[in-house]
Amino acid sequence: MLRNLLNNIIFQSVFLMTTLILMGIFIPNWLVFVVTKAIAYGLVGLGIITLMRGGLVSFGQGFVFGIGGYSAGLLGVHAGLTDAILLLFISFIVTGLVGLIIAPLLARYRDIFFAMLSLAFSMVLYGILIKIDAIGGSDGFVLPESTYFGIKPTTDYADYVLYVVSILVAGFVSILLRYYYNSTPGLIALAVRENELRVEYLGSSAFKVAVLNFTIAAGLGGMGGALNGIALGHIDPEFTYWTTSGEFVFISILAGYLSVPAVFLAALLLELVRSFSGRYFPDTWQLILGVFLILSIIFIPSGIGSFFKNFFDTFSKNKKS
Amino acid sequence: MIDEILTIILDGAIYASWLFIVALGLTFVFGVLKILNIAHGGIYALGAYSTATLAPIFYSLGMPEQFVVLTMLISALAVAIVITPIMERGILRRFYGQDEVLIVLVTYAIYLVLEDVQKLIWGMNSLYVSEPRELLGALEFGSLYYVGYDLALIGLAIFCGLTLWFVLNKTQSGKIVLAVINNPEISGCMGVNINKVYLAAFFVGAFLAALSGSFTAPLISVQVGISVAVVIESFAVVIIGGLGSIPGAVIGALIIGMARAACVHKLPEAEIFIMYFCMAGMLIFKPKGLFEGVQARKI
Repeated sequence: MLRNLLNNIIFQSVFLMTTLILMGIFIPNWLVFVVTKAIAYGLVGLGIITLMRGGLVSFGQGFVFGIGGYSAGLLGVHAGLTDAILLLFISFIVTGLVGLIIAPLLARYRDIFFAMLSLAFSMVLYGILIKIDAIGGSDGFVLPESTYFGIKPTTDYADYVLYVVSILVAGFVSILLRYYYNSTPGLIALAVRENELRVEYLGSSAFKVAVLNFTIAAGLGGMGGALNGIALGHIDPEFTYWTTSGEFVFISILAGYLSVPAVFLAALLLELVRSFSGRYFPDTWQLILGVFLILSIIFIPSGIGSFFKNFFDTFSKNKKS
Repeated sequence: MIDEILTIILDGAIYASWLFIVALGLTFVFGVLKILNIAHGGIYALGAYSTATLAPIFYSLGMPEQFVVLTMLISALAVAIVITPIMERGILRRFYGQDEVLIVLVTYAIYLVLEDVQKLIWGMNSLYVSEPRELLGALEFGSLYYVGYDLALIGLAIFCGLTLWFVLNKTQSGKIVLAVINNPEISGCMGVNINKVYLAAFFVGAFLAALSGSFTAPLISVQVGISVAVVIESFAVVIIGGLGSIPGAVIGALIIGMARAACVHKLPEAEIFIMYFCMAGMLIFKPKGLFEGVQARKI
């Protein structure tokens, strides 16, 4: 009974979420902000690992990241919609729909061509965004302060409230994704990764799997973009730039496609390395980030998730015997 | 009207030849090593910086000023000699045969490192070396004036392209490289030292990147951030032409060069994203570029 409960995904997630939310009261404010940002990046990373399970890597998640951020921002500025939870939900739907529209186009490609086409999309969006002066051009614009169910928290608590919301959102998304990964289309994706042609011969459609995965990835990317925009309070075309997309790919490669929580851990690692090197080595933070990327790819090629998986596999084996 | 068309064509050709030299190295490296090298832009910037450093030293020596071209060549060569062992032997070699996207990420990391290396060595200030640009004077086309140096870039691009094509197709070592491109394993079995070929190919690619940087240095202010744009622009060229294809790089560079020049004169708002637009359009209709190779299906 207890063992079943411990192995239950929902129980694990709720436990983890509660711990993190309680921890948020005690950790310093900057760390609260870093974790919120890491969750925003982690959501996008989750989208990429959803694609990676089907053997695809998008080098242009900045595209949906930007659309999500801008739709949340524009709704906040022009429609007066400032409820953070509603904005996250709307940007998920909006970018999911955008993803559904362009997915059939992208899903025909594989490997580097998929990566490059998605990159091209994000760069076209970048080029357009920096030219539209109505939405701030290359400077972007400032988002209004967000509210939660009609209540606007005081500045002291604003970061913490957003932290709680983002943890709840991340936990909810993680549980749903875990169920999706274990469902039939989720498992077909793994088969497509192994051998696409055989999957087709067996009567499943690799194309449909890719479209579904891309749509999910787009929605998650948009949600991450909205969260990042809300957390920063500011949005600019840099969201869609290829270097931003590169960071998302890095998060998902560092995490590997085996584990969902590993993605958030990888995102947190990236954010920590970035903020520490940005603070102590302001002129060379890119160098440190680059070296960190290379070393982690050399030493953990299959991602942090592989540690998790090995750990849990041995853990459950011991219990059974 | 005719003037305008001529301007667009000449501007386009100059821009295209610059793009071509950068993209040539990129496409060649991809063809041989199957690596799409984001750090190519970083090597380009190093080339520009090293010229900006060496050219003033050269001028202080008081030699005939035509020899500055030699200085530019040497600075490009120096960059390639320094960077190749570090990048190819030191880092990239570990990732051969792995997922292409993973290697792209590795080169992205190297790109980040190179960005800061530039800052560490040369600081945040802009460097200027405009003297070589006055070397060839100005040329007149009807009512238009063009700087001779800019037009000479077209010649340089043609020279680089033809040389690489000639070496690949007409010499023995070139044919060995072609064999490795086609099938590294079989060529290895036939006694080709693949590691050597990879090293040489990467060297050529790095040299071409640094060369384009050296020869662009007189046209721009050499400063932090010049490599960012180059990466995506040369990617666009290579994607349009087909990865690994030299004729493809020519066509890709011409398409983007002309489209961009036309935009600058006719529709300046679109200048920034026209090349991405070309790239996305080409990928949608011919995803493997204009000069795609045939690949066997794996079952």
